[in-house]
Amino acid sequence: MTDTLRLTAEEAMGLIERGEASGAELHRAYLDAAAERDGELHAYLTTVETAEGDGVPIALKDVISTKGIETTAGSKILAGYTPVFDSTVAARCKEAGLPTIGKTNMDEFAMGSSTENSAYGPTRNPWDPERVPGGSSGGSAAAVAGGLAPWALGSDTGGSIKQPAALCGLVGLRPTYGTVSRYGIVAFASSLDQVGPLTKTVRDAALLYRIIAGRDPLDSTTVDLPEPIELPEAEDLKGLRVGVPKELNEAEGIEPGVTQAVQRAIELCRELGAEVGETTLPRSVEFGMPCYYLIAPSEASSNLARYDGVRYGPRAGNGDIREMYMQTRDEGFGDEPKRRIMLGTYALSAGYYEAFYGQAQKVRTVIRDEFAAALEQFDVLVSPTSPTVAFPLGAKTENPLAMYLSDVLAIPPNMAGLPGLSIPCGLSEGLPVGLQLIGPQFSENLLFRTGHALERALNFDFVPERLR
Amino acid sequence: MAITRDEVLHVARLARLALTEEEVERLGAQLSAILEAVGKVAELDLEGVEPTSHPLDIANVSAEDEPRPSLAADEVFANAPDREGNFFRVPPA
Repeated sequence: MTDTLRLTAEEAMGLIERGEASGAELHRAYLDAAAERDGELHAYLTTVETAEGDGVPIALKDVISTKGIETTAGSKILAGYTPVFDSTVAARCKEAGLPTIGKTNMDEFAMGSSTENSAYGPTRNPWDPERVPGGSSGGSAAAVAGGLAPWALGSDTGGSIKQPAALCGLVGLRPTYGTVSRYGIVAFASSLDQVGPLTKTVRDAALLYRIIAGRDPLDSTTVDLPEPIELPEAEDLKGLRVGVPKELNEAEGIEPGVTQAVQRAIELCRELGAEVGETTLPRSVEFGMPCYYLIAPSEASSNLARYDGVRYGPRAGNGDIREMYMQTRDEGFGDEPKRRIMLGTYALSAGYYEAFYGQAQKVRTVIRDEFAAALEQFDVLVSPTSPTVAFPLGAKTENPLAMYLSDVLAIPPNMAGLPGLSIPCGLSEGLPVGLQLIGPQFSENLLFRTGHALERALNFDFVPERLR
Repeated sequence: MAITRDEVLHVARLARLALTEEEVERLGAQLSAILEAVGKVAELDLEGVEPTSHPLDIANVSAEDEPRPSLAADEVFANAPDREGNFFRVPPA
């Protein structure tokens, strides 16, 4: 009997190497776990019955095109869509022998922070099924935390890997922009979208990142990694300079229990030998969210223009072609994509372009410069990943702006193209708190080293209390 | 910053969204609240600041113009709602 709740991907790899389990047996064990618990969690939109490959099985967010396996991005407008090609990340997982367990639920087009925006119903948090798993990669997070997958891929535009990792007690890496191919990823905001791992340990995240990262001729925005990805070993932080940006740690709305857990982790950095100091990002936090909610919807309004009922997806309307476009899009998109398409179209329209989109692009430069200055003084910056722990289902669905604030701390580094690693750093009210580690572009090895040392010292148990 | 009903309808037309009356009301009110929040970017004086459109400083990538295998027609049309021969069939314009 495999304890799918506790088994890490690295341990699963060991089982396979020693001949104690096959990839197919493990694949079956996770499907059995899904049969038992996914009725409650709803982490998967589709499961795959046959194991292809003899490596550690994996769950893929439904934004990742998989040849022959339905890919909906959580939207009705892609219902029934079955890709005829693999995305590069799916192909790399296949080459590495990782059988796909299934496609995970998500906020429609990755737009959301709770997975409640899925057209196929919400996913629930394995720590407390009355609460959201975060989003938009909530299905991937719930699958791993709930023992329905040893590891998973998600995607992160404005916090969609880091925030659900935080809310489900997992490790989540949003990689440096350009290090993971976007070929075959259903596009949301192309200057921000990145695929990355959700795992139980930092070493698992490094192992999975090693499989998916690197230049891809099919995505001209990808680059070669400057150095190979190393598995972190060190258990101290000697010589590391850790910066605590005041604004990211004192933002309005951060729960006291979150601050407490993060403060303890910062104290631990000191005990592990790091130099800790305060730093500042004067405008990045206050203006990060407004900047993001102009740039991302603008790009989305353009990317989502392709859903027109001509080449794929359901078609609606019985008049002329214009009516077909308008009805197909009205019936196919849910509320959140509609809001963002409208917002983006408005921000890009004649008369408003400079004031909104143009100004937001300049704010993005300000944010880049502020992070660059802070990272001159410090190797790694730390903050909470999310201002709150997992919130109850329905708590923010009526108020889009309240939902957007869930990513207020995750967004600023994303605007600067910086990698971010979220690791669990404790509990508040019995629910996991995430610590965000931010480094310069291409500093994944450093983030893994830092995260690994902290993870060892924190000794957080990633199995949800109620399932132990 | 309130967005007017006419602006909502105009933007919906530009975005090819046939909104229902209820959606015009609800999305209109939500958009006004969101625009007020994001309009904050106007508070900064950014005269002379260069815009950032891409997070990495990368240059154009060019590739050799070599023929490569592409999808077969049946694969291209595999997900089409309506097909006639090697064409996507659509209603009249």
